[in-house]
Amino acid sequence: MRKVAILGIGQTPVGEHWNKSMLELAGEAIFGALQDSGVETVDAIFVGNMLSGILEKQEHLGTLIADWVGMRGTEAVKIESACSSGAVAFRNGLIAVASGEIDKALVVGVEKMTDSLPGTTTAALATAADADWEIIHGLSFVGLNALIMQRYMFEYGWKHEDFASFSINAHANGVHNPNARFRAPISKEQYLKAHIIASPISILDSSPIGDGAAAALLVPADRVFSIEGKPKIIIAGSASATDSLAVHDRKDPLWLSAAEISAKKAYNQAGVTPDNIDFFELHDAFSIMAALSLEACGFAERGQGPRLALDDEITIQGRIPVATRGGLKARGHPIGATGMYQIVEVVQQLRGECGETQIAGAKIGMAQNIGGSGATIATHILRVE
Amino acid sequence: MEIARHWRLKKQRYALVGEVCPHCHAKLFPPRDVCPECGGEAKTPYTFSGRGKVYSHTTIYNAPEGFQEFAPYTVALVKLEEGPMVTAQLTDLGDQEVEIGMPVEMVTRRLRTDGDERGLLVYGYKFRPLELYQVAAAD
Repeated sequence: MRKVAILGIGQTPVGEHWNKSMLELAGEAIFGALQDSGVETVDAIFVGNMLSGILEKQEHLGTLIADWVGMRGTEAVKIESACSSGAVAFRNGLIAVASGEIDKALVVGVEKMTDSLPGTTTAALATAADADWEIIHGLSFVGLNALIMQRYMFEYGWKHEDFASFSINAHANGVHNPNARFRAPISKEQYLKAHIIASPISILDSSPIGDGAAAALLVPADRVFSIEGKPKIIIAGSASATDSLAVHDRKDPLWLSAAEISAKKAYNQAGVTPDNIDFFELHDAFSIMAALSLEACGFAERGQGPRLALDDEITIQGRIPVATRGGLKARGHPIGATGMYQIVEVVQQLRGECGETQIAGAKIGMAQNIGGSGATIATHILRVE
Repeated sequence: MEIARHWRLKKQRYALVGEVCPHCHAKLFPPRDVCPECGGEAKTPYTFSGRGKVYSHTTIYNAPEGFQEFAPYTVALVKLEEGPMVTAQLTDLGDQEVEIGMPVEMVTRRLRTDGDERGLLVYGYKFRPLELYQVAAAD
């Protein structure tokens, strides 16, 4: 297999883009990535998206986007795996280039969510869970995470307020990201007063939906050279794993086994351990997911994820900085685009483009994208070569 | 409407009929074609007692489309006494606080209504507190 590098990146701000269509958003991110790469055409387009069929009444998205960006004729496909669609699309682009079949793979994650009413969006998001055995019982996506968090607090003795630092850190970092949906810090008082969506999860445990798109261009690593301010960034590790779709079917509902499997594979490929990871763009869709992800990836002992946040180990100066550009909590969670935002943000850190939230000397970054409440998990390790 | 889809699941929804694996004897709910415990073929029906304990619970305030009329309502993970876990709403709670470990039993209730008053009524299992029911029965 060929080693693969990321040549260029592009993204739109995450937000309520009333004046922009799904296609315009995808195009903006794609043209940004092409310009950053200095190329005009690609060999294949991989689109990460979950909800276009339900919310925009539009499928066949790969082909539609290829035509929209002036690449009619180019091979294109949409890849769906709920909230992990972005990273899974990225991994498919990577496999295509690594195999030697494709030389320039463009991956874009895009989601358009604010054309629908909140109840419709909530029901659409719930399709990431098991329709016959979870959703029919009125469970929302937040509700699924709430079931996990409630039991986690019971099992390990944490209080709700112990999770506050995850959200406070994400918002503090989001302030400095011009593409973040929320650019205001939050306080512990605000966290404690936030209204409950599905007990024990409050609005400030939860990432906001939004419209957005993010893209990257993948090429064989031997065709890329480091230049000033734009080091060569290679994909050192990539893996994806699954668990049962329904939370009730898991052997241990409090353990993200797909995160453990994919992270271990990625560590092995990259020849690193958790100690070597300079920062971690994790999937903090809910504060409980941030805790579980840190545990399954080996940054914390089982049941001790919140301890890292309480001890300020996840801040920019901490042992394992997370959500350095705001994470899902503050940058926003445009579902199928989220995994690509994480990749783009890791590249920004490795290039040294993050200003106030730049991690000094960052050389190895990890991104982890979770589909459903832990059913599909893709982990990527990027490094400066 | 999905009438056939709901009809196909009537045994599971109305009577908690799952399966027992003929190879490793694991009890399975909902039924599936391959036993997740041993990988063997699982097709032998098994009716669960309907008794279990609350493993976790949440009260949902912001409900998805189709459930907004019921909000707030409580959904639980219920660990059945035979082993498997199921997702279901808790019902007949009265003033009772829901706690992890609380004994519950299955009852049949309306899960949702599709469309307007002429729409399909979907029935299925919910769980109610076991002790509450026993107290009421004794009165």
